[in-house]
Amino acid sequence: MAQIFAYIAHKNGVVDDTAAELAVAAKKIDASAQVTAIVTGSGATLDAACQGAAKAYAQVWKINKPELAYPNAEVVRKLLKNIVPASSIVLVAHDTFGMDLGPGLSIKMDAAYASDVVGIDGADGSTLKIVRQEFAGMAHAHMTVNAAKGAVLTLRPGSFQAGDAAGGAGAVTDKSGDAGDLGAKRKFLQVVEAETGDVDITKSDVLVSIGRGIEDQENIGLAEDLAKAMGAVVSCSRPIVDAKWLEKARQVGTSGKTVKPKVYMALGISGSFQHLGGIKGSPFIVAVNKNPKAPIFQVADVGIVENILEFIPAMTEKVSG
Amino acid sequence: MEILVCVKRVPDTAENEITIKGDGTDIQRDDLVYSVNEWDNYATEEAIQIRDNVGGTVTVVTVGDSESEEILRRQMAMGADNGILLADGAFDGSDARGIASILAAAVKKGKYDLILTGAQADDGAGAVGGMLAAMLDLPYASLVNKVEVAGNKLKVGREIEGGNQEMNEIDLPCVLSIQTGINEPRYVGIRGIRKVASVEIPTHNAGALGVSGVGKAGAQVKRVDYFTPPAGKGAEILEGSMEEKIDKLIELLKAKGGLK
Amino acid sequence: MEFALNPPASNWFLFIPAWLIYTLIPVAGITFFIYEIVMRLKPMVLAQPDKPIAELPERVINVIKIWLLQWRHPRYMLAGVVHILLFAGFLILGLRSTELMFVGIKSGFTFPGMGGTLGAIYGVIRSYAATWVLVVALIAIYRRVVSKPARYAVPAKYGKPHTTEAVFVLCMICTLVLAEGFFEGSLVAAQKQQGLEAHTLAPLTLAWFASLFLSMAGKGTLQFVHSASYFIHDVTFFTFLCFLPLGKHFHVVTSLFNVFLMRTRRGNIKPVRYGVTNDQLDSIDSFGVKNLEDFTWRHILHFYSCVDCGRCSDNCPANAVGRPLSPRFISIKGRNLVYARHPLLGEPKVEAQPLIGTTYEEDEIWSCTTCGACEQECPVGIEYIDKIVDMRRGMVDEGMVPQSLQKPLSAIEKRGNPWGKMEKKRSEWAKDLEVKELPDEEAEMLYFVDSISSFDDRMQNIAKATAKLIKSTGADFGILGKDEKDSGHEVRRFGEEMLFQSLREHNTEMIKESKVTRIVTADPHAFNALKNDYEDLPPVEHISQYLVAQHRKGNLQLKANGDGQKVFTYHDPCYLGRHNAVYEDPRQLLDAIPGLKRVDMLRSRDRSFCCGGGGLMLFYEPEEEQRMGVLRVKMAAEAGANVIVTACPFCLVNMEDAIKVAGLEGKMEAIDLCELVANHLAE
Repeated sequence: MAQIFAYIAHKNGVVDDTAAELAVAAKKIDASAQVTAIVTGSGATLDAACQGAAKAYAQVWKINKPELAYPNAEVVRKLLKNIVPASSIVLVAHDTFGMDLGPGLSIKMDAAYASDVVGIDGADGSTLKIVRQEFAGMAHAHMTVNAAKGAVLTLRPGSFQAGDAAGGAGAVTDKSGDAGDLGAKRKFLQVVEAETGDVDITKSDVLVSIGRGIEDQENIGLAEDLAKAMGAVVSCSRPIVDAKWLEKARQVGTSGKTVKPKVYMALGISGSFQHLGGIKGSPFIVAVNKNPKAPIFQVADVGIVENILEFIPAMTEKVSG
Repeated sequence: MEILVCVKRVPDTAENEITIKGDGTDIQRDDLVYSVNEWDNYATEEAIQIRDNVGGTVTVVTVGDSESEEILRRQMAMGADNGILLADGAFDGSDARGIASILAAAVKKGKYDLILTGAQADDGAGAVGGMLAAMLDLPYASLVNKVEVAGNKLKVGREIEGGNQEMNEIDLPCVLSIQTGINEPRYVGIRGIRKVASVEIPTHNAGALGVSGVGKAGAQVKRVDYFTPPAGKGAEILEGSMEEKIDKLIELLKAKGGLK
Repeated sequence: MEFALNPPASNWFLFIPAWLIYTLIPVAGITFFIYEIVMRLKPMVLAQPDKPIAELPERVINVIKIWLLQWRHPRYMLAGVVHILLFAGFLILGLRSTELMFVGIKSGFTFPGMGGTLGAIYGVIRSYAATWVLVVALIAIYRRVVSKPARYAVPAKYGKPHTTEAVFVLCMICTLVLAEGFFEGSLVAAQKQQGLEAHTLAPLTLAWFASLFLSMAGKGTLQFVHSASYFIHDVTFFTFLCFLPLGKHFHVVTSLFNVFLMRTRRGNIKPVRYGVTNDQLDSIDSFGVKNLEDFTWRHILHFYSCVDCGRCSDNCPANAVGRPLSPRFISIKGRNLVYARHPLLGEPKVEAQPLIGTTYEEDEIWSCTTCGACEQECPVGIEYIDKIVDMRRGMVDEGMVPQSLQKPLSAIEKRGNPWGKMEKKRSEWAKDLEVKELPDEEAEMLYFVDSISSFDDRMQNIAKATAKLIKSTGADFGILGKDEKDSGHEVRRFGEEMLFQSLREHNTEMIKESKVTRIVTADPHAFNALKNDYEDLPPVEHISQYLVAQHRKGNLQLKANGDGQKVFTYHDPCYLGRHNAVYEDPRQLLDAIPGLKRVDMLRSRDRSFCCGGGGLMLFYEPEEEQRMGVLRVKMAAEAGANVIVTACPFCLVNMEDAIKVAGLEGKMEAIDLCELVANHLAE
């Protein structure tokens, strides 16, 4: 079996949750694989990140270069091409970095490429058996990936539960010397932080969406607390915008934003057709409403009949643990 | 600036459930209607706006069959100057790499300063743009939500997690994959399409492009079948005390990736 | 002839005989007035063609009713009466003013036939007319300067108020009648002083007061007053005439023509270009109104005719909820642009440029629900819907369509409904009801369902109730099901004419193929489309018309409403009421339910208040302070009702949402007429 590498994302010395997920996915390809984590960066926080990665991987390659201070996919691609042996399998999280890196890397490595993988059913020789989603998640597909000359897979975050990750305690090897030429025609300048009033609900995977059941402007804070605890974004139905309790940018519906989250928490939203018209794809819809006849329950996957003003604080407490 | 926009004709699945054929080989396509991939539409609008600012031409290209001509005309009705159809039976069943190599061959037949693709299409892979760039040895940026022309470079914004924007400087020529929301694409009605109905659209086949090894046989990534994951209809109403309900919910949310 | 005072024509100005001056003033005044009119006609000549003038009897009736009898004025009682009196005075005094003009040229001039009794009667009438004109002009000045009704206010973004102009014109009117009174009064005072036979002055008129006031004055004073008042009258009269085409008082001249040319049919939309058939549309380079010259000449006349009375905007629901649209400023901004581009003297001050983004804004033009309240109200018959639709056509042609409207439009193009649902699901609501599907099956009557009642879960109830009611009358009917497409009513009104035409073509073909002899629909938008936008179809009725007729025939038996707590009010849908004058049938149908308590809202029938708009308007959201539906629901509550009955699925959508937003859940409910009647079907 080919060698498996995982590219580890990290920030401020803390590895991303996907680091452990990639390790789990690697084991699904080859249960006996000795997976190598590749951690790139520059400066003091890199060592902490390598230590973090070592918890889930047999070995960790550390690449310390000033060019890698920010993960510019154009630079990282060159690096990986230089250091990863031919015919290897490279795993990357399917996030905005992975999407930037993966396709080009597969070409440069002359390897196969599969993106946004949500499941791995093992390997048959050099053929990987994976699961993907198409048509905005409405159809699932079994795919085969010919990894004879290697493969690059980007894996959907959250799809590989880290619960059964094998302990790594791997050794960190400094491979900075092998990095080679890292010149690129794309230069990272800066990250422009989203303004608070400028949040884009269409890009959030989890929406905590509130409707008239929130009753009062003062209660908006409850929803914000829950969203914060869940790492979600607050959206709403039209009446909340009408009341000017939240800005227009947060409205879901035919006359507001069309969203396609993975999870949609409809709290105190009865579910008018204009509202439902703004939810695209087939997210996992959780409806909480005190009215058991609210139409939202017809379209939701999970329903809870409760007053949201009691439900939200209780949920926030549980999630915050 | 000479701009090439790669577009794709996709089924319009926004409002209708996708059903899978009994044998799993495909989705039910009888009742589907097709249109240009939404992301590609933003890419075309962006190309037109860049051209209107700095001059040049916009060419739209697609790999498809004769039916794909309609989306080329639609983009030309928006304001693209030329359309190119890449059609050959040998292209059928190509994976992303195959499509990228067909497009790469078409790019080499012209001279383009900027190549745009949509960030993704109906299969959600988002692979072609990055592959095309790598094949052409051009710099690449994905998920672009802002483009500013600055001499022989571009300043591009990439949409990253949390709604933040990663600003980059990229040399021309380059390949960008365009994210929705970068602009407000203009409307194209029946009248607009009729106006360009008689414009000649050149078609190139595998021979003309000099590509081989594409199509189903050359694909490294193949679909075995479509399947429907088990899913219930209507809400499953959680019962019990508030605490029990929340515990169950949290469990479900974790499984769905709504909670980490 | 002997004169008590030297008549104006016999005076001298230094060495010039006054008759010469009094000949030159009218000649100069009239010449300049004609020049002004020619300059004002120029933009109309450069504009697009309008419809050929037919329907003469209707037009003459409109002129008599709306222009001469000022039919629409008393809808605003005080202002209306003031205007009627001013207008009547203006008509009456026109003859006198012309006569006076000639008096300055030839002393003692009277029109033939006006010397005797007829002249005496006219003299009395015009004296009183002059007097009431002064009184109402003073009232009008008081209103403009002191009481300032809110509808005259001009928001800063639209420019400056026209108060100065209005007051100036009113002052000129006062000057005219006062000058005329003193001219005549001074003569009579002199006649009396000299013991000559005096004109009899009608008591309590201006001249009568003037003669009393001047009775003690010396002859020199009287002569001065007599000569000066004539001079002032003559100069003021021609100043007034030449001032008219400069501003909003141009309506004094144009309103007659404007009313003559006003809409004779309601509910319809002008063709893309008059004189161009549907088959030739592909040959037109540009659709709709993009530049000033794209308006029709009649639309330019509308701009000239706007009096800035504010009645349209006062009734406009978009304006009421703070959307960026106020119909009167469509006219006023249009007029300002015409005047700037075609000045009376000198070079244009404004270059040719697209209207949208300069004179008008995108949101302004998309804000209109085409409810027609403005057109219903305008006392001079100015129209807005065609202009709005024409400007939308222009925007659609340029691709300037709001993102939220692009998806429903392309879904209609591809699937025949704005949600992009599959065609085969269009008749799913009827699957348990055994409804025939035409044209595969045959029936006498077609129930045209249209998109929202076919696809929306809630509104499908209307379709079900409608089918149940038709069935109960024993009619042989069917629906088009998968072969029906959206009627295209809003598609046309949102400016997508070509898409509308393809929908019309498809539906017309299906309807013809089904060989039905009559059509009913429960959706007023579909009703209006089939009746006024489509051609050569079998007769179309709204379901309320059909059901009332069936009830009269005894084919519809209704049981009593047992709930004494419920008070119903009927909300007139715009496209049933104002656009098609169906006001009574739905009310009669409600009253046919024994025991049902019904009240009317203050704003009902042709003054009904739009719910927020239907069709594509559901997908467009302009900036607004509140929702139209919320205002409407509050009006229902004020009327003492707790159930709003609508006869339109879009009204129901908006009302039900508005009840929630207004926090009136449990206190107010909304129901469709068909649902309500179906609930009262006798077993």
